[in-house]
Amino acid sequence: MSPRTLFDKIWDQHLVLQRGEAAALIAIDRVFLHERTGSIALKSLRARGRPVVGPERVFCTMDHIVDTFAGRSDETKMPGGRAFIEETREAAREAGLTLFDLGDPRQGIVHVVSPEQGVVLPGATLICPDSHTSTQGAFGALAWGVGSSEAEHALATGALRVAKPKTMRVRIDGRLARGVTAKDLALALIARHGSAGGKGAVVEYAGEGVRSLDLAGRLTLCNMAAEFSVFSAIIAPDDLVFDYLQGRPYAPKGVDWAAALAAWRELVSDEGAMFDREVVFDAAEVSPMITWGASPQHAVAIDGTVPDPMLLPAETRPAAERALQYMDLKPGMALEGLKIDAAFIGSCTNSRIEDLRRAASVLRGRKVAAGIKAICVPGSGPVKQQAEAEGLDAVFKAAGFEWREPGCSMCFFAGGESFGLRERVVSSTNRNFESRQGPETRSHLASPETVAASAVAGALADVRKIMS
Amino acid sequence: MQPFTTLTAVAAPLIRPNIDTDAIIPSREMKTVSKTGLAEGLFAGWRYQSVGGRTPDPDFVLNRLEYRGAQILLGGDNFGCGSSREHAVWALAEYGFRAIIAPSFNSIFYNNCIRNGVVPVVLDAGAIDALAAQVAPDPLKHKLTVDLTARRVLGPSGEGWPFSLDDEQRLMLLEGLDVIDLTLKDAPLLEAFRMQDRIVRPWIYFPSVAK
Repeated sequence: MSPRTLFDKIWDQHLVLQRGEAAALIAIDRVFLHERTGSIALKSLRARGRPVVGPERVFCTMDHIVDTFAGRSDETKMPGGRAFIEETREAAREAGLTLFDLGDPRQGIVHVVSPEQGVVLPGATLICPDSHTSTQGAFGALAWGVGSSEAEHALATGALRVAKPKTMRVRIDGRLARGVTAKDLALALIARHGSAGGKGAVVEYAGEGVRSLDLAGRLTLCNMAAEFSVFSAIIAPDDLVFDYLQGRPYAPKGVDWAAALAAWRELVSDEGAMFDREVVFDAAEVSPMITWGASPQHAVAIDGTVPDPMLLPAETRPAAERALQYMDLKPGMALEGLKIDAAFIGSCTNSRIEDLRRAASVLRGRKVAAGIKAICVPGSGPVKQQAEAEGLDAVFKAAGFEWREPGCSMCFFAGGESFGLRERVVSSTNRNFESRQGPETRSHLASPETVAASAVAGALADVRKIMS
Repeated sequence: MQPFTTLTAVAAPLIRPNIDTDAIIPSREMKTVSKTGLAEGLFAGWRYQSVGGRTPDPDFVLNRLEYRGAQILLGGDNFGCGSSREHAVWALAEYGFRAIIAPSFNSIFYNNCIRNGVVPVVLDAGAIDALAAQVAPDPLKHKLTVDLTARRVLGPSGEGWPFSLDDEQRLMLLEGLDVIDLTLKDAPLLEAFRMQDRIVRPWIYFPSVAK
């Protein structure tokens, strides 16, 4: 057999039927739902009287609509929010799915919960009606985001009709410098190749710069692939992944574990496997990054300046000009030192225990600058519990951060909550789109430690300067 | 699903790269567990003068009289990027759009279009600029035609641009097929696949649950 990519191996294993050149019927091993888009899939399924195929392989969490205040209930500030929560709960119960409900210690953001519970497995196909599903490719699964109708299709049939995506390998050479994270790497990559740079491809991240990342970093890198417009992202699983999964609630046990492990060790791209496209990137060249505009591709090093749109490629100029107006910035301005109103640490990008530890190490013994609203939202119940066991909550609170319950929160209007009109926010999230985090809110994306350092400074800050 | 064969309609230009689904339908406009009631929230952040308000911004293309009743949208590169929310397509469709012409689409958005009877047409940026220029002098009269049968777009001058669309996806749009019904015709095949796969990968089918 000719050499195959990691993606090809998973694809071939799940190919039920090839229809013509483009469309294939692909078996789906795991479906994960959340209450904003999953609710509609379940409702529509029920309305047509179609049962769920393999409900024991379908999971659901509450993260997009629920709020993150202590003592929360089904009542959220979001208009109509209660219905999303209640309808999801009822439909999940009726269909016999596993639900990580409000009050369940396992509840949290879908892409944090899934690895934590051992739902996502190497070599498996997993879909979720959520664009950041590529996150879970960090475990060597083929995991991709779909719409609600496609989720309904997978629930009803156990399969999806998919046109085979192209492949792209991004080889990351070298290692990240101190104070530089997977988030910065992802932003630097998107800044160089554009937010459409991975256009519809399955991107395999490989090389020393990927191998040397911890699992949280790999999840962040694959998460941000959604901002690269990929079909999905994937990393060949290694012992870090296997050790992490062993003993997790939904991971294989006993003889199944041994068989699974043997199969998972084959999940690498063969020597000589052909990719439709390959790019190389040097991790050592990456600095802590910050976005200046309204797209994740509008990113520069923290010690850089706001670019002059006239010096950018012609096709990107109008969007850059529009972004500068929206962000109230001028070409040539320094990013470092730009005054902020708020700071946010959380989201499926950067809310894992490793993220919180790094942010806390910046905050320890320091205070958030006067007048800055600062919020930390752990990604899941287990993350929150672990952080509290380590005393990180005390660090965040002593510094002046709010310490919240798990959920998507201020990444968008989750729980009906947002930042204020035209507030400038530094955020560990994934999207700086216009009004994403609030009405005309000006979002600057960065790593959790850059967010922490900026909260302390009251302005965008270079975390390296306070790390020494 | 409403079948689509050929449509001749007013085309509105919104030619910006990376039009994301948060812009198409902001989170705050998705208020019920429903695929309907979304047209009013379409492009809310750009279409109205204030956030949450409903006073039209007269400069926004869809508020201009000459583009009234537009059913074809001319977009920029990476159209529909960002959130997977299908509400973006539901909102566009409910507003009246039946075809979107752009140099490229986000893959989730593209699929969502196919599943909802909206035709995603990929043309190069030059062709889209040319179409917009031909429409601009009098959009209500200079209509575009999207001919799915022949897979081409006709400009007001009669000039044609071919586009490609997968055969199966085209058939679904042409006939308004329910894709789940279509796949369920292969239910026995899927069941046989799972029976066999259970032997090869038992851990996929019997998650060992610690309780």
